[in-house]
Amino acid sequence: MSSAVASPRDNRAPGFWGSTNGKKAVMAVTGCILFLFIIGHLLGNLQIFESAARLNAYGRLLHNLGELLWIIRGVLLLCVVLHIWATFQLWSRNREARPVGYKVKKSVASSYADRTMYWSGPIVLAFVIFHLLEFTAGTIHPESRFIPGDVYHNVVAGFSVWWVSAWYIFSLILLGMHLRHGLWSMFQSLGLNHPRHTPVLKQAALWIAILITAGYISIPVSVLAGWVR
Amino acid sequence: MKLTLTIWRQKGPDSKGKFVSYPMDNVNPEMSMLECLDVLNESLAERGEEPVAFEHDCREGICGSCGFMISGVAHGPQPATTVCQLTMRHFKDGEELVLEPWRSRAFPFVKDLVVDRRAFDRIIESGGYISVSTGNAPDGNAIPVGKEESDRAMDAAACIGCGACVAACPNGSAALFTGAKIAHLGILPQGQPERDRRAVRMVAQMHEEGFGSCTNIGECTGVCPKEIPLEVIARMNRDYLGGAWRERKNVVTTIAPVSDWDFAKK
Ligand code: HEM
Ligand code: SF4
Ligand code: FES
Repeated sequence: MSSAVASPRDNRAPGFWGSTNGKKAVMAVTGCILFLFIIGHLLGNLQIFESAARLNAYGRLLHNLGELLWIIRGVLLLCVVLHIWATFQLWSRNREARPVGYKVKKSVASSYADRTMYWSGPIVLAFVIFHLLEFTAGTIHPESRFIPGDVYHNVVAGFSVWWVSAWYIFSLILLGMHLRHGLWSMFQSLGLNHPRHTPVLKQAALWIAILITAGYISIPVSVLAGWVR
Repeated sequence: MKLTLTIWRQKGPDSKGKFVSYPMDNVNPEMSMLECLDVLNESLAERGEEPVAFEHDCREGICGSCGFMISGVAHGPQPATTVCQLTMRHFKDGEELVLEPWRSRAFPFVKDLVVDRRAFDRIIESGGYISVSTGNAPDGNAIPVGKEESDRAMDAAACIGCGACVAACPNGSAALFTGAKIAHLGILPQGQPERDRRAVRMVAQMHEEGFGSCTNIGECTGVCPKEIPLEVIARMNRDYLGGAWRERKNVVTTIAPVSDWDFAKK
C-alpha cells in the first residue's frame, strides 16, 4: 500500500516572524498601539462639540508638534505596515491550509465580528486612506472646498455630503466590529487567558467598541442633523 | 427512523470523488453514528458495492480514531461527543445528513471519510514528552503537585487527537491540539525542564505541517469532544513567546511531512 515519499516542502524551521504565533503577537502589539491612537484621536475630535475655535486650536497644536508629529506618524505607519503585512501572510497561509472546501459548513461558537476580521480590517484600511486624503491632505474633498488649517470648516463641509458621512459611518461600524474581537484577542495572542478574567475582558471589549463607534459616529450624525454647523 | 446519508465517496487521493446519497429506512434511534454506517456497509456489501471507509477503534469516545463532518459540524451536532458516541436519536426523522472527511492540507486524503492525521503524531514527537530516568519507579508524591494544577493538566491531557479542531477551524489551524499538548506537560513540575524547547519545537513542527494560523474565534473548542478550552492556546502562545526569546540556539529540527497513501497509483 505504501511507498514513503518525502515531502518536497522545504524543511527550514520558522523563526519568530516566520511562525504564525510570532506574527499574531506582532499583530497584537501593533493593534494595541493603533487602538491607543484611536482613543486619542476620538478625544481630540470630540472637541468639535465645544467650539470651532477649540477644534482649530487643537489642530494647530498637533501641527506645531514639529518633529514629534513625524515621530508619532512614523510609529503609526510602522504599526499599520506590520499589521497589514502579517494580515496578508496569514491570510494566504490560511487559504492554502484548506485546499478543498466543505459542501456544508456551519459555525457553532464564533460571532459574526469574530469571523470577519479579514474583511473589516481591509475595509478600515481603505477608509483610513480616503480619510487621510480628505481631512489631512485635502486632495479629495468632494462637493466642498478644503481650507488648510480650518479643521472645523473642513469637517462640517465634508460631512454635509451625505455619502461621505454614510461611508464614514459604515467604516466605523466595521472598526467597532474589528475592535470587538481584537481587543480581547490581542491578550490571547500574547498568552493571557484566564477563566475568570477573560469573560470580563470580552464584555469590556464589546462596550469599548460600542463607545468608540458611537463617539466617532456622533460627529457626522450631528453635522447631517444640523446640530453642528 | 428514516434518514438519508449523503456521503463523500472517493477511492484514493488521486481519484475523483463525489457525494452519493444513501436512503436508509430502518435506523434504530439508539444506534451510534458509526453503527449506522456499519448497517449501511452491510447492505452495500450485500449489493456487491464498496463499503464506506471510516476510521474507528474504541467506540467509546477515548481513542480519537473516529471523526468526520456531519452536515457542516465536526463530530455532529451534539456538543462534547465523538461520532462513535453520537446516537441517532439526536437527528430528526427524515433528515438528510451530509458526511464529509476532515478537510486540511496537513491531513492528506486517504479514502472516503478517512484522512491521514500523522501530522499530529509528528507534532507530539517533536516535543510532547518529558525526560525521566528509567529504573525503579519513583516514590508516589515525591514531587508535590497542587490539586488545581493537576486538574488543569488533566483537562488538557484529555485531548484525544481526533482532529476535529483543525476540521472546524476556518483557517485549518491546529492551535487547540498543539496548545493542549503543550499545556498539559507545561503546567506540571515534571514538564518544566523542557518547557521552552517544547513550545518552540512543537510550534515549529505545527508550522512545518502547513496548518493555518489561529484567529481566536473558538470554533475548535465548540466542536472539541473533550471541550479543551481556548486557554490552552494562550498557554502555547505564552510558552512560545518566552521560549523563542530565551532559547540560545536558534536552530530547530523539524520532521519532513510524509504522505504515502497512493491507492490510485497501485
Ligand atoms: C485602525 C486600526 C486598527 C486597529 C486598532 C486594529 C486592531 C487590531 C487588534 C487589536 C487585533 C487583534 C490582534 C490579535 O488577535 O492578536 C487585530 C487583528 C486583525 N487586524 Fe487589525 N486593526 C486595525 C487595522 C487593521 C487593518 C487596516 C487591517 C488590514 C488590512 C487589519 C487586519 C486585521 C486582521 C486580519 C486581524 C485578525 C488577525 C488574526 O486573528 O489572524 N487591521 N486588529
Ligand atoms: S483538541 Fe479536541 S478537537 Fe482537537 S484533537 Fe484534541 S480532542 Fe480533538
Ligand atoms: S472510535 Fe475511539 S473515539 Fe470514536
